[in-house]
Amino acid sequence: MKVDQISVFLENKPGGLEDVTRVLAEAGINIRALSLADTSDFGILRLIVDDTDGAETALQEQGFRVGRTPVVAVEVPDRPGGFYGIMKALSKKGVNVEYTYAFVERSGENAIIIFRFDRTDEAIEALQDAGVTVLPGSKVYAL
Amino acid sequence: MIYDEEFETLPREALEALQLKRLQQVVERVYHTVGFYRKAFDEAGVKPDDIQSLDDIRKLPFTNKQDLKDNYPFGLFAVPMSNVVRMHASSGTTGKATVVGYTKRDIETWSTLIARSFVAAGLTKNDIIHNAYGYGLFTGGLGAHYGAEKLGASVIPMSGGSTKRQIMILQDFGPTAICCTPSYALYLAEQGEEMGVDMKALRLRVGVLGAEPWSDRMRQEIEERLGISALDIYGLSEVMGPGVSMECSEGRNGLHVYEDHFIVEAIDPVTGEPVKNGEVGELVFTTLTKEAFPLIRYRTKDLSRLMKEACRCGRTLTRMARISGRSDDMLIIRGVNVFPSQIEGVLLGIEGLEPHYELIVDREGTLDTLEIRVEVGEHIFSDEVKELQKIERRIAKDVKDYLGVTASIKLVEPKSLKRFEGKAIRVIDKRKI
Repeated sequence: MKVDQISVFLENKPGGLEDVTRVLAEAGINIRALSLADTSDFGILRLIVDDTDGAETALQEQGFRVGRTPVVAVEVPDRPGGFYGIMKALSKKGVNVEYTYAFVERSGENAIIIFRFDRTDEAIEALQDAGVTVLPGSKVYAL
Repeated sequence: MIYDEEFETLPREALEALQLKRLQQVVERVYHTVGFYRKAFDEAGVKPDDIQSLDDIRKLPFTNKQDLKDNYPFGLFAVPMSNVVRMHASSGTTGKATVVGYTKRDIETWSTLIARSFVAAGLTKNDIIHNAYGYGLFTGGLGAHYGAEKLGASVIPMSGGSTKRQIMILQDFGPTAICCTPSYALYLAEQGEEMGVDMKALRLRVGVLGAEPWSDRMRQEIEERLGISALDIYGLSEVMGPGVSMECSEGRNGLHVYEDHFIVEAIDPVTGEPVKNGEVGELVFTTLTKEAFPLIRYRTKDLSRLMKEACRCGRTLTRMARISGRSDDMLIIRGVNVFPSQIEGVLLGIEGLEPHYELIVDREGTLDTLEIRVEVGEHIFSDEVKELQKIERRIAKDVKDYLGVTASIKLVEPKSLKRFEGKAIRVIDKRKI
């Protein structure tokens, strides 16, 4: 039930983001979701794409430092308290969220949120026990 | 003013006779007490008896920094430890530092030479000396301290750091002289001005500054901003510490080498042959009187030129021009000596780091800065910012712990730093000194 996320190291300099997106465009890869974490001198671009292997190869060939991390895509009811219900289920189990970002697409009536947990497997179990829908990678890449 | 009138103004002939006598003694002594020198002399086919004139010094082999490292820590000491009363060391990772020792008489000699230097700068026993050289393994702090006491001046043992406190003491204790690196003198001026202190109105009138390269332009700025006369002192821990040579306030053109205690040569760094009179060469020192850690023809890698002409101050001692550069890649950052290879050693000591790095040295305002750029290797990359920041902090801490310099760390993209086929140039020195 995990989703593969690609992360790319970027120096904080003009054109950095442009280079990554150009490489992906030229490889015909579609970005499903993205988030950029940055400090004063570097950034980490995190991406969910329709073709993880293809993206990783294309970026590596162009000399980018690329990592792959399992994350979890969760359906969040699009109403007040939707996110809270999910966090409650997780904190009960003592799972920590390292970072999270929202997906552009929706899944029916629900929003999709990407989570990186410190203990991924336990998090998935806790979410499913609480009746939360965790989306498999195959579904996420094709959204 | 001259502290040691007798020795500092000896006629050249008498001085050279004294040098020869002392050279013969030290060569004889190291041949019998230090295994390294016996082996080196034997390999060069030279015996102590072969030294019949000062020019014969060229028959002796050079001693290099590597020889000092190879004999870490005490291999080159010429006296038993029971006769050593003090040790100092240069910065370096374990096993790479150079350690020097002093007997009671060595400390006495060193103190005298620094007292001479203070007097050459125009100081007397009536002065109050603010000593902002670091106390500890570095020779600057204790060296200047003992010299000030020897002179009979009042010394304030400030050591480095705590700049605000230094400025308070400069105001309250009213020192008339300051010892520190030139860049720290400028930093004090800048910080004082920022605190609203009229730095020119302080009682300071003399700066005895050294331990890093500087220029006339920098001297002028220090003199204007602090309202002092700024003079250059030179030395290196291997040879003794500060006080190997000193600029006089009368001449302000070159540093008088205390030739009754040291022989100085200027050589071509490639051929090892002496350069022509007055040309720039690498300075080579032989200690004539040191007991615990005598050095024979030590290659300093410092570039300078020697001036034999008489000086208006009356000293007959040869002068060396202010150091104009290095014949190796050593960097001096805020007075601390650092080799790129030492930084590489620290980087490679951290698991997962690759030896792709670049050093950017610059001067922000008045202080030297060191930035270490390291490529993000496969093994250290993470999708989490805090993990990468942890690596940056670890590098900065190790560099500080092992080498004593503060560096800012910048992670850069893979392959973004230049690759070299021959000798790598990993240092970009942007300082305009």
